[in-house]
Amino acid sequence: MVRSFPTRKLIHQSQLGVVDFESEDTWICATCRACVARCPRGVAIIDIMKALRSVVVGMGAGHVPDSLRVTLKNIAGTGNPLGEAAEKRTDWAKDLEVKTFTKGTEILYFSCCIPAYDPNIKRVARATASLLNKAGVSFGIIGARESCCGESVRKAGNESLFQTLAQSNISAFSENGVTKVVVSSPHCYHTFKNEYPELGSNIEVVHFTQYLAELIREGRLKPTRETNLKVTYHDPCYLGRHNSVYDEPREILRSIPGLDLVEMVDHRENSLCCGGGGSRIWQETKKGERLSDLRLDQAVATGASVLATACPYCMLNFEDSILTSDRSDVIKLKEISELVLEAL
Amino acid sequence: MARIGVFICHCGTNIAGTVDINGVVEAAKQMPMVVHAAENKYNCSEPGQALIRDAIVEHRLNRVVIAACSPRMHENTFRKTVAAAGLNPYLLEIANLREHCSWVHGDGKEAATIKAMELIRMAVAKVARHEQLFPKQVPLTKRALIIGGGISGIQAALDIANAGHKVVLVEREPTIGGRMAQLDKTFPTLDCSSCILTPKMVEVAQHPNITLLTSAEVKEVKGFVGNFEVSILQKTRKVDHTKCTGCGICWQKCPEKAPSEFDVGMGKRTSIYIPFPQAVPPKPVIDTSSCRYYKYLRFMEEKKEGKPPPQCRVCEKLCPVNAIDWEQKDEILTEKFGAIIVATGYKPFDPTIYSELGFGRHPDVITGLQLERMMSASGPASGEVTRPSTGEHPKDVVFLTCVGSRDEQRGRTYCSKVCCMYIAKHAIMLKEHDPEVQCYVFYMDVRTVSKDYEEFYKRAQESGTIYIRGKVSQIRQEDGKLIVRGEDTLLGEMVEIPADMVVLAIGMEHNPGAVELAQALKVSYDVNELFIEAHPKLRPVETMSDGVFVAGACVGPRDIPESVASGGAAAAKVAVLFSQDFLTTDPMVAVIDQMKCGGCLLCTKVCPFKAIDTQVLRDGRTVAVVNESLCKGCGLCVAACRFGAPNLRGFTQQQLLAEVTSLWQ
Repeated sequence: MVRSFPTRKLIHQSQLGVVDFESEDTWICATCRACVARCPRGVAIIDIMKALRSVVVGMGAGHVPDSLRVTLKNIAGTGNPLGEAAEKRTDWAKDLEVKTFTKGTEILYFSCCIPAYDPNIKRVARATASLLNKAGVSFGIIGARESCCGESVRKAGNESLFQTLAQSNISAFSENGVTKVVVSSPHCYHTFKNEYPELGSNIEVVHFTQYLAELIREGRLKPTRETNLKVTYHDPCYLGRHNSVYDEPREILRSIPGLDLVEMVDHRENSLCCGGGGSRIWQETKKGERLSDLRLDQAVATGASVLATACPYCMLNFEDSILTSDRSDVIKLKEISELVLEAL
Repeated sequence: MARIGVFICHCGTNIAGTVDINGVVEAAKQMPMVVHAAENKYNCSEPGQALIRDAIVEHRLNRVVIAACSPRMHENTFRKTVAAAGLNPYLLEIANLREHCSWVHGDGKEAATIKAMELIRMAVAKVARHEQLFPKQVPLTKRALIIGGGISGIQAALDIANAGHKVVLVEREPTIGGRMAQLDKTFPTLDCSSCILTPKMVEVAQHPNITLLTSAEVKEVKGFVGNFEVSILQKTRKVDHTKCTGCGICWQKCPEKAPSEFDVGMGKRTSIYIPFPQAVPPKPVIDTSSCRYYKYLRFMEEKKEGKPPPQCRVCEKLCPVNAIDWEQKDEILTEKFGAIIVATGYKPFDPTIYSELGFGRHPDVITGLQLERMMSASGPASGEVTRPSTGEHPKDVVFLTCVGSRDEQRGRTYCSKVCCMYIAKHAIMLKEHDPEVQCYVFYMDVRTVSKDYEEFYKRAQESGTIYIRGKVSQIRQEDGKLIVRGEDTLLGEMVEIPADMVVLAIGMEHNPGAVELAQALKVSYDVNELFIEAHPKLRPVETMSDGVFVAGACVGPRDIPESVASGGAAAAKVAVLFSQDFLTTDPMVAVIDQMKCGGCLLCTKVCPFKAIDTQVLRDGRTVAVVNESLCKGCGLCVAACRFGAPNLRGFTQQQLLAEVTSLWQ
């Protein structure tokens, strides 16, 4: 265990109206949904956490953690959490044959800000685009007109910024005639699929693992290269518990010849969180309190040489955990698309 | 020509204190077709009724209006009064001058008097159009069907049989006894469950008024109260029970084993078997899915490659009375009944969906019912509680409450009522078996609501059981122990308990097939597929379907005393029904004019009593027909029909229209 988080106390304080908004507890929840999925009383705990934070952010009832404040400012200014220029959004695709989305393109690939800008995680977007190319999929990107999906912004309590981002993306989609979008991030997936429709969006949303599984099933991609890797798969909370996508990532991994898929102690519905949801990815987590460290222990305990996942936030956190715990020679971190690309 | 008499009641000062009775009498005399109007201090008193009877004779009245209290109070009284004077009792109408007028208009005498006159004018207009109505008498089959041979069904069967009526008890399993037979001890007295149950089971088998059909299911129900026609599927047992003596040689010698349903996976049984030694009837059935001979037959039929398995047939060779019958087929029996009691009970909740608890993954995580079988002296372990993984005696045992109960996310929303008590029982029993055992209970709330139950819970605590308020989030295996991790919400801290065994207090759920049975019986059921009683407080064993009663846990979680009580209560209701030789049906029901019926059958959908059948006429038209025995006269079909085909006797459209139009004439 890393630390205790008094969920029940926060909910009860909310019922009584005596919340301590200055408390650090307001910002601890990673919205992993384990509590909501198990709450016998059906309490909407995540919505309540979101509401508490919106009182802090919107009405100034307490202190917003510094790193989060900076990130929200970045997103408001540049449309991405890293504060990078919008026109650099497509730099990851420079030397790849990735077309700009035009009318008639079948699929929009929405990479998420982290794979677009983070030097380390760019490899996710690059692998994904290469796979789409190899399968001969008609796809494109819209680059500078994209903004952060706003999923974590909303969980951080900044509803007005979320609305701005969502409207901007929805109009970018409709102006370009997008009808179907493939996303790399389960966070984009969640908000496009479950939250944007209320704001007028009606595009089809597919997570990359779902799309990839379909391509492999149809025989458009054939992982043929034999590997003898022992791989364990980490269920991202927003793909698993939030959206019940458990099978497709495993189906893809099992389709790779020779790959030995092993499960961690806690998996599927009981998967542990990497600690990056609910805007935690943009906040400092003290060493010793990081959930990804616990999860990495579970992954190493399986004896796997590769930890596979399907979420940019999980990638960031596990990269960090592997480095700080000095285990890069024990276990490698790979996104599912990287593994498939290597197996072609 | 109608000759109407109006009798206005003072009801002491109840009506007369607010309404000008003399004025109303004078007004009534002026109304069309009224030949006599009189007042009376109390119409319902014997002298009051005598005045009415005399007036009917003297004035040759053929219609009567009683202006008094609510018809719910005295309509029947006055029907008898007019019948005594030789009139058809339905040529009567009540004008409610008390509840509808004087009681609610105490502050305005003048207006109340005018309203009283209007109410009487309406009643006069209506009664002029009344027709003679005659109740029907329907014969009644004094034979009860009881579905389900658990403790509720057994109690109901014995009570009805002892009242002198014939009973057929249908049970799906090969033996009666139900869930109670699986239990070791009963709370809070710690009586041995089978010691108090099996004498009742034997009594059922020996009772001259009871026919027992085991391995049987109800398939179809036709008819109505007093006259049900029920199709019962008698499943093949491959053993001729008319020949079998229950000597036991077959199940002692059968070489094939299968997991015992009765022992919920904690033990094995042979392929030809009786579920437990005290089973009733004590005669075996063959489980064709595990029987070697049937495996051989399936092998030959599928023409598989290789050597066929042995034919076995040991039971057939050894049976001294040639009772094994390989050719025996399923059979449908059709029987007539006057009343039906549904006592189909419950099934324990399947905890596999709570994946964090590891049931099915960790062998030492078991259900309360499995522990019950382990503890039972006649069970597969002869009463010795051991860890399934190692066979050692457990020292640290953790119980989890509300598995499948009180859970809006993954289980049932209701409290299963018995789990808190059976956990307390298990904890006390385990401590008695082995004083070194330490029990822990993770609970949401402890609910002990009947006589001596709270004291029993106290006893469990005093025996050293530690109660921890909170839910368990994870059970993992470490060094041969189960690490149970949960929150102690009173401390606000996470706790981890290394346990040898974890017992899940699984709740109760409807039995499979409950909905199909409810539909066949025309009984309503709720979102949890539990049967709904006619009134939760005042008619707890009746249903909205006349002649069909419910008992036991098929209505909702119940413990043994409640199940026995409801079985007895349902039996009493059946005995009351069977005390009559004929059933009298109320003539004030709907009739459908077949000439007007368009065959849309909307009425069959709106009828809450499923009282409307369909009929195909000789010209090929489909029309709706009211089953007068089921109709309650609610009038929904009349309101729903766009053709105006149904009419409600005693409240026909013509009568109601006359009532309303009289107001402005």
